[in-house]
Amino acid sequence: MPDQPLLDVRDLRVSFRTRRGSVTVVDGLSFSVSPGEILGVVGESGSGKSVSMLAVLRLLTSPNATVEGAVRFRGRDLLALPDKEMRAVRGREIAMVFQDPMTALTPVYTVGWQIAEQIRAHEKVSRKAAHARAVSLLSDVGIPDAASRANAYPHEFSGGMRQRAVIAMALSCGPALLIADEPTTALDVTVQAQILDLMRELNAQGSAVVLITHDMGVISQIADRVLVMYGGRAAEEGPRRAVFHGPRHPYTWGLLDSVPRVGGPRLRRLPTIAGMPVAPGSLPEGCAFAPRCRLRHERCEERPVLSIGSTGADVGAGADAHRDACWLPDDDRASLRLTSRSAATDVPDLEREATP
Amino acid sequence: MSASTTSAEVLLRASDVTKHYPLRADGLSRHRKVLRAVDGVSLEVRGGETLGIVGESGCGKSTLGRCLVRLTELTGGRVEFDGRDISTLSTRRLRPVRPGMQLVFQDPQASLNPRRRAGDIVAEPLLVHRYGDGAAVRRRVAELFDVVGLATAHLDRYPHEFSGGQRQRIGIARALATNPKLIVADEPVSALDVSIQAQVLNLFADLQEEFALTYVFIAHDLGVVRHVSDRIAVMYLGEIVELGETEALYKEPAHPYTQALLSAVPDIDDGTVTDEVARERIVLSGEVPNPVDKPTGCPFRTRCPYARERCAVERPRLTVTASGRHTACHFPLVD
Amino acid sequence: MLRFIVKRFASALLVMFAISVLVFLIFFATPGVDPAARIAGRNADPATLAQVRHSFGLDRPMPIRYLLMMRHLLIDRDLESFVNRGSRVIPQIVQATPVTLSLVIGAALIWMAAGIIMGTAAAALRGKAADPLIMLVGVVGVSLPAYWLGEVVNLITQKQLHSSVFSWVPPPGYVDLSHDPGQWALHLLFPWLTLALLYAGIYARLLRGEVVTALNEDYVRTARAKGLSERRILIRHALRCSLIPIVSLFGLDFGALVGGAALLTEVVFGLPGIGKLTFDALQNLDLPVIMGTVLYAAFFVVLANALVDILYARLDPRARHA
Repeated sequence: MPDQPLLDVRDLRVSFRTRRGSVTVVDGLSFSVSPGEILGVVGESGSGKSVSMLAVLRLLTSPNATVEGAVRFRGRDLLALPDKEMRAVRGREIAMVFQDPMTALTPVYTVGWQIAEQIRAHEKVSRKAAHARAVSLLSDVGIPDAASRANAYPHEFSGGMRQRAVIAMALSCGPALLIADEPTTALDVTVQAQILDLMRELNAQGSAVVLITHDMGVISQIADRVLVMYGGRAAEEGPRRAVFHGPRHPYTWGLLDSVPRVGGPRLRRLPTIAGMPVAPGSLPEGCAFAPRCRLRHERCEERPVLSIGSTGADVGAGADAHRDACWLPDDDRASLRLTSRSAATDVPDLEREATP
Repeated sequence: MSASTTSAEVLLRASDVTKHYPLRADGLSRHRKVLRAVDGVSLEVRGGETLGIVGESGCGKSTLGRCLVRLTELTGGRVEFDGRDISTLSTRRLRPVRPGMQLVFQDPQASLNPRRRAGDIVAEPLLVHRYGDGAAVRRRVAELFDVVGLATAHLDRYPHEFSGGQRQRIGIARALATNPKLIVADEPVSALDVSIQAQVLNLFADLQEEFALTYVFIAHDLGVVRHVSDRIAVMYLGEIVELGETEALYKEPAHPYTQALLSAVPDIDDGTVTDEVARERIVLSGEVPNPVDKPTGCPFRTRCPYARERCAVERPRLTVTASGRHTACHFPLVD
Repeated sequence: MLRFIVKRFASALLVMFAISVLVFLIFFATPGVDPAARIAGRNADPATLAQVRHSFGLDRPMPIRYLLMMRHLLIDRDLESFVNRGSRVIPQIVQATPVTLSLVIGAALIWMAAGIIMGTAAAALRGKAADPLIMLVGVVGVSLPAYWLGEVVNLITQKQLHSSVFSWVPPPGYVDLSHDPGQWALHLLFPWLTLALLYAGIYARLLRGEVVTALNEDYVRTARAKGLSERRILIRHALRCSLIPIVSLFGLDFGALVGGAALLTEVVFGLPGIGKLTFDALQNLDLPVIMGTVLYAAFFVVLANALVDILYARLDPRARHA
C-alpha cells in the first residue's frame, strides 16, 4: 500500500424511514480515496451514489435518515465527530460541489460575498482580505474580469460561469478532498470540457476528487479509479484502465454497451439492460442486479461480496485491486460479455418493463 | 389527398425559416431588441430518413422543431410538408395536415396530463381527428400500447404510476396514434437513465422500420444523434453551420464548431477505438453569445480558433464545398 | 427610476378615478338614498328639499355633479359633509391620519417582529413539539374577530380587573404624540396588541412555510457544505430569502390598514382615526366623507404597492432588471 487512504468508508448503510417501513438506499458500501487521486463513482438513478456522498459529509439532514458504518477521514471517524468539529471539516477539509449550478448559490448575495463567507467561516481574516481572496479564486477558475464579477449576483452568471464560481468557492480553503456530484450534467459539452479541465487542474494541485456521474465518458476521461454502483452497493471497483478495458460485472458491461458513442461502429439497435433500475426498498436478498441480468443463475440468490475473483476472498486488497461483486466464473468474463451483449441487442421483448 | 411519397422524395422542406422573439424594451434604450432563436434555416428531410439536429442549449434547435410542425408561427420563410406549404395555412386548413406530423417531447413528466389515464392520453389525438367510434378507438389504443411495449393492463393507470421510460413510451404512442409520416422528437431521451435511454432509442429504430417513419431527431447528445441519424444538421445561434451525412460529419467535420463540439465529447476509452486517430481536443474558450446580440458576420467567430478578418464582416452562407459537404464557413476544414 | 415613478403615478390616478366614479355611481344608484332628504332633516317640506338640492348641486346632471364634487374635494378642498353641516372633509381626514398611523405603525412593528420570530422558530423546530404549538398560537390569533377581542380586552382592562391589575390602563381614546408621548403609548398599547395579534399569526404561518421551503433549497445544502453554522444558515440564507414574499404581503396589508382597514380596532378602542371616520360616514351615508376616505384609502394602497416594488428590488437582486 503506497498511501494511507485519505478517506476510508467501511460498510456504509443509509436508510430512510418511510410510511411503508424502512428503505435502504446505501447497503454496505465500502470504498476508499487515496490522497491526490480522482475516484469516479458511476451509476444510474437510485444507485445510491449521491446519497452515500452526502452521508459521508453528514449532509443528510432529514430526521428520517439513518446512517451507519464508519467514515474515516485522516484517521478520524466523521460519523462520530461532534457537530462543531464536523462543520470545521466541511468546506475546509472536504468541499462539495453539486449538480445544478443554477440553484446552488443563494440568490440574494453576490458571488464574491458567498465565497468570502466560506473563507471567514473557517479562518480569521478580515472582510476585505476574504473578498480579495474570493476575487483571486474567481480569476483562478477562469472567470474573466473577476474583480467586477465578484460583485455580481448568481443570476447574472451563465450556467458554466456559475459552476466555476461554485468550484472556486469549494476550493477557497484548499480542501484535501473535493466531492463533485454530477458537476457537468447540467452544462453543455463545450462547457463541460472546460469544467473537466478545471477539475484536472485542481487535482494536479493536490486535492483528491470524488466525481459522481452517470456518464461513463466523463469517468473514462478523468478518473484514476472507478467505483460502479448499483442498488446502493458496489458492483465493481478498480483502476480506470482495468475497469474500462476489462469490465467484469454484467452491469458495467451494460452501462458501457448501451451508450451510443461518437466513434466506432454504429449499431442499428443498442444493447440494452433489461428492465429498469432497481427501486430503493425493493432490493433483492441476493445480487441487486440479478433481476436484470441475462446471466443470472442459482448462485445469484446469495449476495455476492465485492472481491478479487468470485472466490469471495479479498486477497491483496491494495488500492490497485480490481474487484467485482459477481458470481460468474472469473476466467471467461470476456466471452460471457459477448454472449450477453448479443442477447441484449436481439431480444426486444426483454425490454418490456415490469411495472413498479 | 396528398401525393404519396416514396423514400427518396422530400417530405419536409424548410426554406429560410426564421423565428424572432421581440423582447420588451428596457427602461434605457428605446429600440426593441429581438431574440433571433432561428435565423434563416433551410433544410430538407427525405421520406424514411432520420435527420438529426444537434447543438448546445439556446442554439434554437427546439424552436426550429416547433417551426417545422408549425406548433409556433414563423417570423419568416416557409415550411412545406408533403408538397404543401403549411407555414401560411389557416388553423382550420391545417387541421387535416396535423395527423401526418407529430411531436414527441423531452420531458414525459411535463408533457402528459397528470390527471388523465394513460389510455385516454393516447386516445386523445384519435378523438380530435375523429378516428372512429368508441370501440375502434379502444382497439387502436390497445394496439398502440402493444407497439410501444407497454402492457395493455396499464391503460387505466395515471402517468405518475409509470417510470420515466414508460412515460416516454406513452408519449410515443400518442404521437403514433394518427399514423403520422413525420415525427419530430425533441430531446426524447435526455431525461432518461442510460439503460432506459438505450431501450427507447431501440424503440425509435424499430418503429421507423415497421411504419416507414421519417424522423427529425433533436438532441444535444452527440452520441445519441450519431446513433439515430442518417444526416445531421449542426446548429449554432439559430443557424445551421453544417449539414451532412452522419459518418462523414463525425469522421471529418467541415465546420470548426462541429470539430470543437465533437472533440469536447468525453468518449469512452475501452481499448477498442484504436484505429481512429486520437482526436485533438479543442477546448473552446468562453461561452455561446447571447442570441439577442449576435456577433456580426459569422456567429461562431468569437470562439472560433481559426477566425480571420473576413469572418467578422461577412456572414457565411450554407454552401456546398468541392467534396460535396454543406457548411457555413468561409474557411471550411474540408475542401 | 423616474420612468417607474411616472408610470406608478399615472396608474394611481387612473385607479383613483375609477374608484371615485364607482363610489359615486353606487351611491346615487342605491334605491331609497336621497341625500337631500338627509340634509334637510326629517319631514322637510318640498320647497326646502328643492333648495337643499340646489345649494348642494344635487339637481344637476350626474357627470356635472361628479365633477363639482371632485372640484370641491381636490381643488378647492372645501367639500362639506352632508350630515354635519359646515364640517369639511379634508381637515377631518388630516386630523384622523396621525391617529391611524400611530395605531398601524406600532402594531406593524409588533406583528412583524412576532411573526418573524415565531415563523422562523417554528421552521427551525419543525418536527418537534414546539412547532405545532407556535402555530397553534398563530391560528388562535387569526381566528379571533377584532371587535370581539377588542371588547374582551376592554372588558378586562376597563371593568373586571381595572381596580386591581390594570389600574394603569387609561380609558379608551387617543392622546397626541406631541402632547404627551407616554400617554400616547399607554393609550395605544392594547389597540396595538389587539391589531398585531390578528396579523402576527398569519405572518408566522406564512413565513414558516417559506423558511421550510428555503431550508430544502440547494443553496442551503451548499451553505451546509461550506461549513456554516445552522444558525447562520437559518438567518442569513433561509430567512433572508423567505422575507421577499413576506414583504410584498406586508406592503399591501400596511397600505390597506393605513387607508382605514383598521376600522374595527379604531371603533372598539374609541380612536378617532380614518377607519372610525369611514365607519361613521358609512353609517350616515355621508357621500362626501365616504368619497374622501375611499380616495385616501386607494391612494395608500397604490402607494404601498409602489413601495413594495421598490423594496422588492432591494431585497431580491433578480427583480432589479425586470
